[in-house]
Amino acid sequence: MAIELKMPALSPTMEQGTLAKWLKAEGDRIEPGDIIAEIETDKATMEFEAIDEGVLTKILVPAGSEDVAVGTVIAHLEGEGEDSAAPAPSPAPAAEAVEDVPGEGKDVGRKPNPMPTPAPARRDPQVPEGTGFTSTSVREALRDAMAEEMRRDPRVFVMGEEVAEYQGAYKVTQGLLDEFGPKRVIDTPITEYGFAGIGTGAAMGGLRPIVEFMTFNFAMQAIDHIINSAAKTNYMSGGQMRCPVVFRGPNGAASRVAAQHSQNYGPWYASVPGLIVIAPYDSGDAKGLLKAAIRSEDPVVFLENELVYGRSFDVPDLDDYVLPIGKARVMREGSDVTIVSYSIGVGLALEAAETLAGEGIDAEVIDLRTLRPLDRQTVLASLAKTNRLIVAEEGWPTCSIASEIISICMEEGFDHLDAPVLRVCNADVPLPYAANLEKLALIDAARIVEAARKVCYK
Amino acid sequence: MAKQPSKAASAAKKPAPRGRKPAAPSDDPDFILHSLQDEFEANKRYKASPEEMIAFYRQMLLIRRFEEKAGQLYGLGLIGGFCHLYIGQEAVAIGLQSALDNDKDSVITGYRDHGHMLAYGIDPKLIMAELTGRQAGISKGKGGSMHMFSTEHKFYGGHGIVGAQVALGGGLALAHQYNNDGGLCLAYFGDGAANQGQVYETFNMAALWNLPIVFVVEDNQYAMGTATKRSSAETRFYRRGTAFRIPGMEVNGMDVLEVRAAAEVAFAHVRAGKGPVLMECNTYRYRGHSMSDPAKYRTREEVQEQREHHDPIEGLKKTLIESGKTEDELKSIDKAIRAQVAEAADFAETSPEPEAGELTTDVLVEEY
Repeated sequence: MAIELKMPALSPTMEQGTLAKWLKAEGDRIEPGDIIAEIETDKATMEFEAIDEGVLTKILVPAGSEDVAVGTVIAHLEGEGEDSAAPAPSPAPAAEAVEDVPGEGKDVGRKPNPMPTPAPARRDPQVPEGTGFTSTSVREALRDAMAEEMRRDPRVFVMGEEVAEYQGAYKVTQGLLDEFGPKRVIDTPITEYGFAGIGTGAAMGGLRPIVEFMTFNFAMQAIDHIINSAAKTNYMSGGQMRCPVVFRGPNGAASRVAAQHSQNYGPWYASVPGLIVIAPYDSGDAKGLLKAAIRSEDPVVFLENELVYGRSFDVPDLDDYVLPIGKARVMREGSDVTIVSYSIGVGLALEAAETLAGEGIDAEVIDLRTLRPLDRQTVLASLAKTNRLIVAEEGWPTCSIASEIISICMEEGFDHLDAPVLRVCNADVPLPYAANLEKLALIDAARIVEAARKVCYK
Repeated sequence: MAKQPSKAASAAKKPAPRGRKPAAPSDDPDFILHSLQDEFEANKRYKASPEEMIAFYRQMLLIRRFEEKAGQLYGLGLIGGFCHLYIGQEAVAIGLQSALDNDKDSVITGYRDHGHMLAYGIDPKLIMAELTGRQAGISKGKGGSMHMFSTEHKFYGGHGIVGAQVALGGGLALAHQYNNDGGLCLAYFGDGAANQGQVYETFNMAALWNLPIVFVVEDNQYAMGTATKRSSAETRFYRRGTAFRIPGMEVNGMDVLEVRAAAEVAFAHVRAGKGPVLMECNTYRYRGHSMSDPAKYRTREEVQEQREHHDPIEGLKKTLIESGKTEDELKSIDKAIRAQVAEAADFAETSPEPEAGELTTDVLVEEY
């Protein structure tokens, strides 16, 4: 049986090429690995190697032919006796089909998750009447969330720089080493790329790592693992590879630490499919959402804010306070204008709303809490009510979460808009060190108030 | 042996800090970077049983024929994108992976991954169908040549970013240690990846934490088009663990029995709780870096020399014939493998592409 030799594609983009030279003639015996011809593309000259053995019986495209399309039969090869190219006489039974459960993948080899995973909550849990509240700092709330999840699930551990013996660079992991020991609270060297990869690999291997970055500025050294390894592998594996890792740490501007230590990575990570991105503001949300993040089967980027760590808020005295990922929260109801924000911006938005109330403008404040997936319904429902919307974001304006919210309002809320959506963001410059310049660069309540007045035409 | 550096000696006087181990590696004043080479050299070729030898031959030949067919399908436009063939390097994956305990151990590698999967006995149809981007592919057609996984076999990819698999492998090893499951991680990377910074970040933590991991440099002499001596100040890669107190081994990666013997030594060391090993397997890839590489950076004669005098399959064939196998017996093995590969190619060509609905599945595991 003759084997057809076809013009090969030698690169991902090649469509045609020149058959520069035949290195074998009709009648020649060909062994696998022999170079039969040379083919030229616009990029290179490549050798066309034989796969099968036999005799070259007919050359159909002469040397020097240009623009030979990929797939054109260029020669015939006569196999000898045992024809290697002949398909097996009877097709073997197809590989055993594995049922493909949505969201589960062909995960025939993975051990089932030993921890119960309740159906995702659609709204915040009702706090039963009579429940007490304890004023808790955001720092303590985050620690409590980790401690509770570590007690609940032995697979959960924390790793990062200074998380154990030093008790955390910002004291978020305070006390964890004493309770859980060095196996589960691991001090790493200063080696972000390396330990982000190790944390990600440990998650692939079945553990539940919490990887603390001293700040997210340093995670830029590790961003390859967050995006290429953690976010994409489940998809690329057709649902086989889980990566339940939490990357957490302070994000955004701190105080007088200048440009390299002051950046909001919310928009960066929120642009990546395969990641969950959470940026809470108050203690209750920090606790409830970090617990949810640790339980999630997906990789989570959990963005905290150093300036908020020390602020205290009431947290309900509940044994297991877990909040839904992907749900925004209406922090203050209002009817005249909606202020959408997240993280430290929420505090400024609430402050602005108080000022606006004094001027007779009733502002609604929405805390997005989760940046990916974004809760568009809550934003659009509020817009439908107030017809005016601004976004307050401690971060650069270009390609920001604010940009995304504006896009959502244009695409899905256009008919409800009585004014253009405005964004109040940091100045579009690297954050300066000088106190006065830093103040000029960062958002504040006064600028939010001004934008709200503007969309209310007041 | 040379005197110990004063730093290590003074560190030893300090009380052992609280850590994951009773003593940090740097507390060991008697530390001598020992090579595992002497132990390996003492028994350099694994004494395989006739059955094992035939199994190695069959597995290496399957990789060879599979890759030849993949190259052919690429030429026909049935495989797209990047496709990196393992031809010439077969002895490395087979020698090492035949020594694993597949109930416990994990494997991770870079994008030249077809051979490592075939070494597990994973159905070539599922691998070839992934190369052609079909629903039946092992990653449902969504990963392609560079991104294939089998959690069932504890094979964790198949990673496209050069060197990333080394740190991820460190994490798999951490999981073995954390779960105390007795397993080790075998993490492969190339001579090109050996110059990535994260490899050394991982060496440091693996040694510091005594992780059960064998790092394997598959030195195929060229990082894409750059010969090792043009890219690497130290081309004897097994030495590169020295700064981290990781013992090295230098192995002829063109001889499956030698690789297997080295694997026995390295795995025993790691399983005894003595921490990581760095093994350099010297090998040679016959084809270009990827299908679109014309390989103009080396001579035809150099490739021919390797094929004619160092080929791992021909080498084992010689040993088999010396031990009494006949040409005909080996030829019939080849014939059966060719048929199996032809069947896989046929399956990969004819099975359907993913449903359009697969576009949006597997992005996230949970619903939010």
